[in-house]
Amino acid sequence: MKRVSDYIGKSARDNVVQALDEAQNNQAFNAILSTTEARALERADAVDRGEITGRLAGVPFITKDNFLTFGSPTTAASTFLDNFDAPIQATAVEALEAEGAICIGKANLDAFAHGGSTENSAYGPTKNAVDQERVAGGSSGGSAVVVALGIVPFALGTDTGGSIRQPASFNGVVGFKPTYGMVSRFGVVSMASSTDTIGVLASSVEDAELVMDIMSGKDTKDMTTLPDYFSPSTIDSPLRIGVISEAMTDEVDPDVRQRTQEYCELLKAQGHSVEEVQLPILKHALAIYYIVVPAEISSNLAKYDGVRYGRRAQAETLSEMYGRSREAGFVDENKRRIMIGSYVLSSGYFDAYYLKAQKARTVLINELNKLFESYDVLVTPTAPTPAFKLGENTADPVKMYLSDIMTVPASLAGMPAISVPAGVTENNLPVGVQLIGQRRSDGVLLALAKQIEEKR
Amino acid sequence: MTHISLDDVHHLAQLSNLQLEGDEATRLSVDLEAILSYFEQLSEIDTSGVEPTYQVTDLQNVWRQDEVDNYGVSKDELLARAPEKEADSIKVPKVL
Repeated sequence: MKRVSDYIGKSARDNVVQALDEAQNNQAFNAILSTTEARALERADAVDRGEITGRLAGVPFITKDNFLTFGSPTTAASTFLDNFDAPIQATAVEALEAEGAICIGKANLDAFAHGGSTENSAYGPTKNAVDQERVAGGSSGGSAVVVALGIVPFALGTDTGGSIRQPASFNGVVGFKPTYGMVSRFGVVSMASSTDTIGVLASSVEDAELVMDIMSGKDTKDMTTLPDYFSPSTIDSPLRIGVISEAMTDEVDPDVRQRTQEYCELLKAQGHSVEEVQLPILKHALAIYYIVVPAEISSNLAKYDGVRYGRRAQAETLSEMYGRSREAGFVDENKRRIMIGSYVLSSGYFDAYYLKAQKARTVLINELNKLFESYDVLVTPTAPTPAFKLGENTADPVKMYLSDIMTVPASLAGMPAISVPAGVTENNLPVGVQLIGQRRSDGVLLALAKQIEEKR
Repeated sequence: MTHISLDDVHHLAQLSNLQLEGDEATRLSVDLEAILSYFEQLSEIDTSGVEPTYQVTDLQNVWRQDEVDNYGVSKDELLARAPEKEADSIKVPKVL
């Protein structure tokens, strides 16, 4: 894998050419949907001429293809937007470009970021970086794989219920999801507005921290952004750490549990206290998530109707045009989520499903807040298993959802969380450990992960 | 176990503006039934007296001046992305 420091002070053109070559050499993984060669080289030359400077001058990166960017289409891995030429760039991308970073391409994802394996992409699945018969995880599967393969030192992702953390764990890279509101979402294809966040996949915690520092802060174009509170931090005194016992049951892969225990030993060796804690509602977190999020999806995806942009199906009447365009432009999982959303929001079912789930969400947040009265950081495995086989879960949507069990609580509560590499299973598959912090504790969370990374 | 009939699927498809094709409705009825049945466990959670959570920012009433900001994008650039247009308007098929 590559580090940001490998590129600093070198010819930006060489950096970009090398990254584009690596992208070309690794096409078998199907991790990249398009490259922005012409624009990237133009920007590289501007960096080399000294016209663009900054903390990431000449450093190549890739964004998940649900960030609006210049230089190639923004598809959200759907055929709906297969030729969509973004008229603006996402605020997060603009912030990185202002520091001299160079976007060289767009990474594969589950269409509209709906999924946990990148098998829902309209352009075919991404293969796991370690084992091509296995999934990359998702929905930011492409972003995780391009970092794991060393094509770029970091890639942007979005995380609504685990979409950065779970693929990070499946491919052995770092994946950070910030506190809800820390990074502007302007110019990013929305999925579930109450949990959508923007974060990073990187080869090291230090690089992830730098990228988050650059992207964080208030944006008048996104009214949900918080005033900038983030700055890189260090660990000066021992922390109180709780391991969630409901996340360490027999249902979790034994190797995954073992690697998590070993990570806890590393935490102890640094002087932190580590204790078992209880989060009884964890077993219901998925049910809450898969009501709240599809409800928001059904609203957010109503705008894809073939009228103003994207693919339009031919039809005699307007309503037929809507129905056919959406039928053709969405993959099965998009349709399932939209219809579940329509169901839980429709009169007669609203109270029993949507309102009940939003109340249960409060119970979950209360349980987490209670733990954070006594603990600074909570620990779980990032996912209950290592990367599963391609096709293994596609026939059973509920089974596929189970992969998100560890990651959805932080999303529903708007809390920051990071997945860090914690070794491999017997079969050499990467395992990730998740650290969760209280809202706005992003700095501490990254500092802790960095402290352990340095000791590994 | 929640039962989802083919009629239910077609009703949901209509609410969702999806014109389903082939055997899709049959497949969706199986999937939606499994997913909705999974939600039944929520009845085990005691939510009496609990307020729902709709957002997690603690922000309230974020105001801005009521001034037009086109984010640097012109009308023509946006119209250029419409599948069909006529003069300065986006064209759509007849409503009825």
